[in-house]
Amino acid sequence: MPEPKLSSLHPGDSAIIRAISAEEGLHHRLLALGFRIGKEIHLIRRAWFSGPLQVRIGMTEVIMRRSDADKIRVSHQTTR
Amino acid sequence: MKCIALLGMPNTGKSTFFNRFTGASARVGNWPGITIDLMAAKIPLGGKVVRVVDLPGIYDFHGFSEDEKVVRDFLENNQVDLLLIILNGAQLERQLSLALEARQLGLPAVLLLNMADEAKRAGITVDTEKMAARLQMPVVWVSAKYGDGFKSASSVIAKALAASLPTDPAKLRDNLRADDEIEAAMEKIMEEAVQIPKTMPKSMTASLDRILLHPLFGLPLFFLIMFLLFQFIFTLGKPMQDGMAWVLAQARNLGLEPLLASVPAWLQGLLLDGIYNGVGTVAAFVPVIILFFLVMTVVEDSGYLSRAAFLMDALMARLGLDGRSFVMLLMGFGCNVPALMGTRIMRSRSLRLLTMLVIPFSLCSARLQVFLFLITAIFTAHAAPFVLFSLYLLSFATALLTALLFKGRFPSTEPFIIELPPYRLPTTRQIILRAWHEVRHFLKRATKFITFGVVAVWVLTHVPGDVPPASAGTLAGHISAVLAPVLSPIGIDAQLSVVLIFGFVAKEIVIGSLAAVYGLEGDSLMGLMAQKLDWVQAYSFMLFTLIYTPCLSAVATLRNESKSYAFMWVSIAWSLLLAWVVSFVFYQGARGLGF
Repeated sequence: MPEPKLSSLHPGDSAIIRAISAEEGLHHRLLALGFRIGKEIHLIRRAWFSGPLQVRIGMTEVIMRRSDADKIRVSHQTTR
Repeated sequence: MKCIALLGMPNTGKSTFFNRFTGASARVGNWPGITIDLMAAKIPLGGKVVRVVDLPGIYDFHGFSEDEKVVRDFLENNQVDLLLIILNGAQLERQLSLALEARQLGLPAVLLLNMADEAKRAGITVDTEKMAARLQMPVVWVSAKYGDGFKSASSVIAKALAASLPTDPAKLRDNLRADDEIEAAMEKIMEEAVQIPKTMPKSMTASLDRILLHPLFGLPLFFLIMFLLFQFIFTLGKPMQDGMAWVLAQARNLGLEPLLASVPAWLQGLLLDGIYNGVGTVAAFVPVIILFFLVMTVVEDSGYLSRAAFLMDALMARLGLDGRSFVMLLMGFGCNVPALMGTRIMRSRSLRLLTMLVIPFSLCSARLQVFLFLITAIFTAHAAPFVLFSLYLLSFATALLTALLFKGRFPSTEPFIIELPPYRLPTTRQIILRAWHEVRHFLKRATKFITFGVVAVWVLTHVPGDVPPASAGTLAGHISAVLAPVLSPIGIDAQLSVVLIFGFVAKEIVIGSLAAVYGLEGDSLMGLMAQKLDWVQAYSFMLFTLIYTPCLSAVATLRNESKSYAFMWVSIAWSLLLAWVVSFVFYQGARGLGF
């Protein structure tokens, strides 16, 4: 079974990034923001009506669409 | 059995090559170290049977994407005798890095330049011998699509395979690890020397976000904050505007009139009633505009705009836009021109064009002056802030409607990922610098567009001189007679229609030229407007002013940024059409209801 998507986390969850499968442009943007395999990522909140997610990676807070968060696989670590 | 692995960037025709190279004999198989299946085939080559594996397409070896991880895990766990690196021969400047990385890692390789046909059509020639010497690996042209070059490729591959030493997965693992050393070193230093709390302490930002980004209350709060800000600007700005108007009137009565008493009457009229009243009426709004930009600066620098992007993205996504488009709309409240240029951060041209199409509907500070003037003249002090806020809401509504209607023409899959800065307060210096910048900007526009527009309108309404100013006999009267069939159904009379024409150049001209047309300024001009227009006419006029083309500078920026005259004309035509339709529906509707 594939690892869960970043977009499937709940607010307050932490997880480890396992894989990023994005096209080149998005890939570089994610790298620049500090998204790397093995890094811990923390989901802060989800907007309603399938709006974007707010995540924290290290000290950086980022908002991203769910469709983009779908491209990031994580392994669940802690819940609330 | 020797093993050949196929490596290349995505979309280089790697799979096409694999299928042609191996015939139809490929099978899916499991490999140590990786979880997904890879295609592999056994084929005869150079008198021996070899195995060929098709690896996923990757950009580099650094393993940050799923596919790159697969390739890395495969190479770190499986002995390979030869790597076939397939690059798109027409995109070598971007793709050659992969071959260089393979060489650096000491991997035995043959470089296949695919899409020979396309490269040839593009006029690209490659000195394969020179390239092979540089890369220290054989280089061959092939066309996977048409099968050209396969014969020579096969013999080169067989020869290279016979001479090559198999890779050492353990050594490769070390080499790749060396590449990751910076990453690891960074992590180590961070771990040893820098302390980051696992859960962030309860910061101001987090607490504010809990309220301001609340899933249910976030959006209503956003609109409430906007309303309060505009209320603040309006309440504080009104006395400032009155004060400025008083100073300008005193300067005219006490200074300019005695000074110009001796010049001919027509020149006195042009200088005082035309230029001075016109530019003065506009200048009276400068304090309000400064106040407006002070507030905008605080909002922009506070970090709240990115939060607005978060709140609005769900809606914007359904309109084919994204949260950044919404931020640009908000920036457009100041001036549309920098907002249009701000769309450069978008990579997708469709998304950028659609955003540029909606920005001109953003109620900029020049239009704000027109509305402040008319609202103060026509509406009660109590109703005024609500009338103004209704125009801001309509500004959004027209922008969103435009996006909805045009999104099919501009499809985009641009990712939406932005950093969320902590809340900050701008420094006094930043605020003062910004205000000064706006005053300078205004003075520049005043000397160029506004003076020109005001003089032009004065001339049109005062020539020929033997009929009453602004009457049907003047040049302006003739022009408005032509426009009457279009503009009278929306309640816009002769004098106002001339004013609208020049509003095309810059919206500040609208009130400036009203002053010039009637030779009045300040309170007396407002009094006259209140007599001439009822609220339905005034609101219809404001709707038209809000929606039709912002100004010449915005049009020029639209053209420069889109690099398309067609796009510019579509934007102008659409905004004119929408302005007329909205005003028509409002005016006729209100009249029909008995107002």
